[in-house]
Amino acid sequence: MQDQDKIRQAVDVLNTEYAHCIDNDTLEAWPDFFVDDCEYQIIGRENVEAGLPAAVMFCDSRGMLVDRVVALRKANVYPEHTSRHMVGNCLLLGVEGDVIRAEANYVVFQTRLDGETKIFNAGKYVDEIVRVDGVLKFRRRACVYDTHRIQTLLVTPI
Amino acid sequence: MGEMPFNNTVTGSTPSAVDFRYYRDPEIFAAEQRRIYAGPVWNYLGFEAEVPNAGDFISTYIGTVPVVLNRDKAGALHAWVNRCAHKGALVCRSARGNSKDGAFVCVYHQWAYDSKGNLAGAPFQRGMNGQGGYGPDFIKAEHGLQKVKVAVLSGMVFGSLDESAPPLEEFLGEVMCANVRRVLNRPIRILGYARQMMAGNWKLYSENSRDSYHGGLLHLFYPTFGIYRPSQKGKSEISEAGFHSLFSVYKPTGDIDYKNYGEQANREMTGGVATLQDARVIQYRPDIAGDVLLSIQSLFPSVVLQQIQNTLASRQVLPRAVDQTELIWTYFGYADDDADMTRHRIRNLNLVGPAGFISMEDGEAVELVQNGTAGNEGGRSLMTMGGGENIAREYTPIGMDENNVRGFWKGYFGLMRGWNQGDARSG
Repeated sequence: MQDQDKIRQAVDVLNTEYAHCIDNDTLEAWPDFFVDDCEYQIIGRENVEAGLPAAVMFCDSRGMLVDRVVALRKANVYPEHTSRHMVGNCLLLGVEGDVIRAEANYVVFQTRLDGETKIFNAGKYVDEIVRVDGVLKFRRRACVYDTHRIQTLLVTPI
Repeated sequence: MGEMPFNNTVTGSTPSAVDFRYYRDPEIFAAEQRRIYAGPVWNYLGFEAEVPNAGDFISTYIGTVPVVLNRDKAGALHAWVNRCAHKGALVCRSARGNSKDGAFVCVYHQWAYDSKGNLAGAPFQRGMNGQGGYGPDFIKAEHGLQKVKVAVLSGMVFGSLDESAPPLEEFLGEVMCANVRRVLNRPIRILGYARQMMAGNWKLYSENSRDSYHGGLLHLFYPTFGIYRPSQKGKSEISEAGFHSLFSVYKPTGDIDYKNYGEQANREMTGGVATLQDARVIQYRPDIAGDVLLSIQSLFPSVVLQQIQNTLASRQVLPRAVDQTELIWTYFGYADDDADMTRHRIRNLNLVGPAGFISMEDGEAVELVQNGTAGNEGGRSLMTMGGGENIAREYTPIGMDENNVRGFWKGYFGLMRGWNQGDARSG
C-alpha cells in the first residue's frame, strides 16, 4: 500500500494534466483520462443537495465523451472562447483497494473574443480514480458546480 | 401605407417586421412589465410537484417581480408578491423550502404573513404602555402581501396579477390545453434544474422557441452525425390571439414496430461526417400514448413545455433586464418511471438544456441578434416566410415558415398597443 502523500501527489498531477488538456484545447485527448466504463457529469450543486439527478452533461461511457468532443468540433455553434482551469489541491476521501476517492475545488475562467476573462464556472470535482496499467484514470468524475447561472451555454468540458 | 392590422403607431412595426428597438429600449421593457407580465395573462410559476406537501414553497418571478408559490395546510396553493407590505423587503429569502407553521416572516421588522399572504402580525403594532406603535386606523387586513391569482392545469401552475385576466383555460385555448394535458398525463417527478443566462432580450428567446425555420439550420447535431430522421409529419399551431405556439411532430405511421422504434428511427445513420460512439444518447422509448413524438409548446409570456425524445422539461423565460434573459430548465419524468427509465432520461438530457446537443445554440442565437442590432433602432427584422403578413391558426409542414413568430408579435402588440401614451395600469 502506498502512503497517502504519494497518492495525493499523484492525484494532483492527474488533475493538473487534465486541466492542461482542456485549457490547451487538446480535447481529443480528454477521453483518455477516463476508463471505458466511466461516468462523467456536470451537475448543479442545487440538484446534488436536493437529491435530484439531472445534469447538464452526463456521459456514462467513454464513447459519449468522444461524441461530446466531435459535436463540439463539428456540430455545435457557440461563442469562440478559451478556458483556464485553476484546480486546488485534492482532498483524499479514501483509498479502498484500487479505488481512490478524492475531491478538488476548481474555477474555470473563460475568455471570449472581446478579450474579457470571466469566471465561467466554479465548483468541485468529486472523483473515483483507478489505476489502469500503472496510469491513474477517472472511473467517475462529477463536476458539481456552484455557478448555477451558466452564461450563454456550456460546450467545453470542465 | 396599406392596411396593417397590428400596426404599432410609434414604430410602424408589424408582426412580420419588428423594429429592433423592441429588443433594446429600456422604456419598452418597463412598459412590458406593466402591460404584459402584470397584464391579463397567466405566468408560469412552477409545477405542483415542486410543492407537494403542506408548507412547501418555491420562489419564482412574474416578469421581474419576485413571487412565492406555496401550499397551505389544507392543501390549497397560494401565491403572492414577495414584497413586505411594510418597507418592500423580500419576505421569503430561500429558493425553496418548507414552512412548518405556514408562516412567512420578514426578517427586517418581523412582520409575519400566513400562507395566503395575509398579515398575521406586526411587532409593537399597538406600541407599549401607550407609547409608539401604529394608530387605531392601522388594520391588518389592509397590509397583506399583494395576492397573485393562481390556476392549475394538469399540475402546471400559473399566476396572474390582473383581476381581469380570462380563466386560464380560456387564455390558453383548447389546442394548448390539450397538449399540456397530453404531456402531463400522469404524475410527474422533478429531476432537477439548470439555469442559463443569455445576454439578450426575452422576446428573442420567445421568438426562437416559436421559430421552426432555424431548427435544422442552426442545430447541426443530427445532420453532422448523419442521424436519419424519417420523413416525419408535423404541424405548427397557434392560439386564437396568437400568443401561444405549438409544434408537434408525429410518430411515423405504417409498419413501424414501436418496440423497435428507437432502433429503426433514431439509430439508422447515413451520410454524416461523423458517427456517434454511443447512440443511447438519442434513443427513444415510447412513454406517452398517442401519435405525437415531439412537441415544443410556447405559452405566452413565460414558458416553454417540451417533449423531445424522452426529455420532458419546462423552460421558464425570465426577463432580467432589457438585454438579459434567464432561462430556467425544470426537468421531469413520470412518477412511475423505474430507475432505468430515469437514467435513460438523464442520458437523453444531453440533447437539451444549456449544454444540449440540439439546444445550446439558442443561447448563442439570442446573443447574436442582441449584439447585431446594436445601434440599429429603427431598422426592422424580416419575418414574412411562409405567408407574408398572414397569420394562420395552423401551418404545415414545419420548418419553412415564421407563422408562429408572427403569432407571438400579434399577441404582443395587442397588449402593448399604446404603450407610449402613458400607462394607467399599475403593476
